[in-house]
Amino acid sequence: MARETVSSNGELALNGCELEGALAFVGGPYSNHLALRAVLDDARRRDARRIFCLGDLGGFGPNPGKVFPLLEEFGVVTLAGNYDLALAARLAECGCGYTHPSDNRFAQLSYDYTNRRTTEAERGWLGKLPTSIRFQRAGRRYLLCHGSPRRTNEFLWESASSDAFLTRLAGEAGADQVLCTHTGIHWQRELPDGSRFINVGAAGRPANDGRPEVWYAFLPPGADAAELIAVSYDHEALALEMEEEGLPAEFVETIRTGWWTTCLEILPAKERGRGKF
Amino acid sequence: MPPAVAIPLRAPTAPKVPFLSLDTVWFQVAGTLCNLSCNHCFISCSPTRHAHEIMTRADVRPYLDEAASLGVKDFYFTGGEPFLNRELLEILEDALRIAPATVLTNATLITKARADDLARLGAASRYSLEARVSLDGLTPETNDPIRGEGSFDAALLGLRELARAGFHPIITATQSWRDEEDRGLRERFHRFLTDLGLSRPRLKILPLFRIGREAERTHGYEPAERLTEEHMRGFDPWTLQCSSSRMVTSRGVYVCPILIDSPGARMGATLRDTMRPFPLAHGSCHTCWATGASCRN
Repeated sequence: MARETVSSNGELALNGCELEGALAFVGGPYSNHLALRAVLDDARRRDARRIFCLGDLGGFGPNPGKVFPLLEEFGVVTLAGNYDLALAARLAECGCGYTHPSDNRFAQLSYDYTNRRTTEAERGWLGKLPTSIRFQRAGRRYLLCHGSPRRTNEFLWESASSDAFLTRLAGEAGADQVLCTHTGIHWQRELPDGSRFINVGAAGRPANDGRPEVWYAFLPPGADAAELIAVSYDHEALALEMEEEGLPAEFVETIRTGWWTTCLEILPAKERGRGKF
Repeated sequence: MPPAVAIPLRAPTAPKVPFLSLDTVWFQVAGTLCNLSCNHCFISCSPTRHAHEIMTRADVRPYLDEAASLGVKDFYFTGGEPFLNRELLEILEDALRIAPATVLTNATLITKARADDLARLGAASRYSLEARVSLDGLTPETNDPIRGEGSFDAALLGLRELARAGFHPIITATQSWRDEEDRGLRERFHRFLTDLGLSRPRLKILPLFRIGREAERTHGYEPAERLTEEHMRGFDPWTLQCSSSRMVTSRGVYVCPILIDSPGARMGATLRDTMRPFPLAHGSCHTCWATGASCRN
């Protein structure tokens, strides 16, 4: 078992020999407990020695409380996303700041639903999560964060992040491998100086690619490059549960079709162009 | 023309915004030259205003390289009207090798061929190329008194060409309406753009900056509309774009896109020269602080 220390700036430093083995990195579960279980099962089947979750446990899906026991059951090392920090601080909104009136309405519906169903104990647990995680593996310095190394709510989209910028971020953070989520669409890039960014995607929402599967990142032993893995799950069961909970039909459609239907204004041109809406 | 109000260059109380990171570099690629003469233009652009000149590809190139070496995240190209610059496509091509780029246009000069050329540039890059189009009303009757006779119809033609070529243009409007009308107007704007054939409308509303031609049309800033240390207490400096961007024109590097005509806003000849705090001494600084405005997408 790794020794764990959380510093005053919210960073968790890990070490331990299991970090040299296979590792799995899971992005925003967004209350999609069925997809999360499928992802965690898949990672265990591949003999992941440690599983990390990069935050945004709630939002979008049904019954947010069902995610917490799964994280415990699989011993997932979790850091806080902006949604988790908002819930922990009892903020009135997730603060996404969309300009389209209907996007704001959907964001608020989703946040209000999750906020109402989050218990005090869960808020307390969310409030104690680290905001970044560091360790060394095969001689490389790893940094795990939610949005970017410098800000929890910064989006790192593939087509909107220059090599120059990512190289600077990695350098400033003192990392050779940066893993993040927050955008919901997975990608990875090796930079000219040999450092690497891996956006692990989201475990709770399909990737706006017309497939209902969700994605996560798996690092085989000794490898720096991640395998980005699509995982299918009983998405129809989740869609039905969302309908029972009275969640918007637009969200349910995303689960069934794999196309994002709301909150699309933040997508850069290329990512937007690949989607249906 | 009313007499200019003397603005103290650096009020003794002006707080300084720290320089946090060179994320965004703007280029005044058409200088202050524009085929339109909008009556709210904060830098008074027109077909004859040469305060800042058109930048050549050779002018822009060293700044692109310097920005890359400093870890730039994205580029923006504006004017004036960028399509008055004959080398615009080559400049965008250079930029897109380094980072994502946005071009801000009034769309009145966007022909079918230009829209197709832009789309080709965007497709050839790993980075996104965004088009941002200014419009100030949903009809010629509301738009043209601000932006000029015939500008509404010409912009619509350009917008349609951009949409046909596969762009999802971001429509920028300057808020010339009252706050309480805001929501209704945004919804009408979205409906209008959808009806126009823009299947995925994006809208960005900017506040009025009461400088340049806008100050002549209405009035400038009151002396009390200045930031003090008090305003900045507990304020997140990341909110102000001047903490993480700079503007390059034919005359050097400026603090931001709004202030290129304002005294004290030119910070140096190179980007590196300008990576230092800036005194928030202008009325426009108060507008950014009060509205949370950013010129970014």
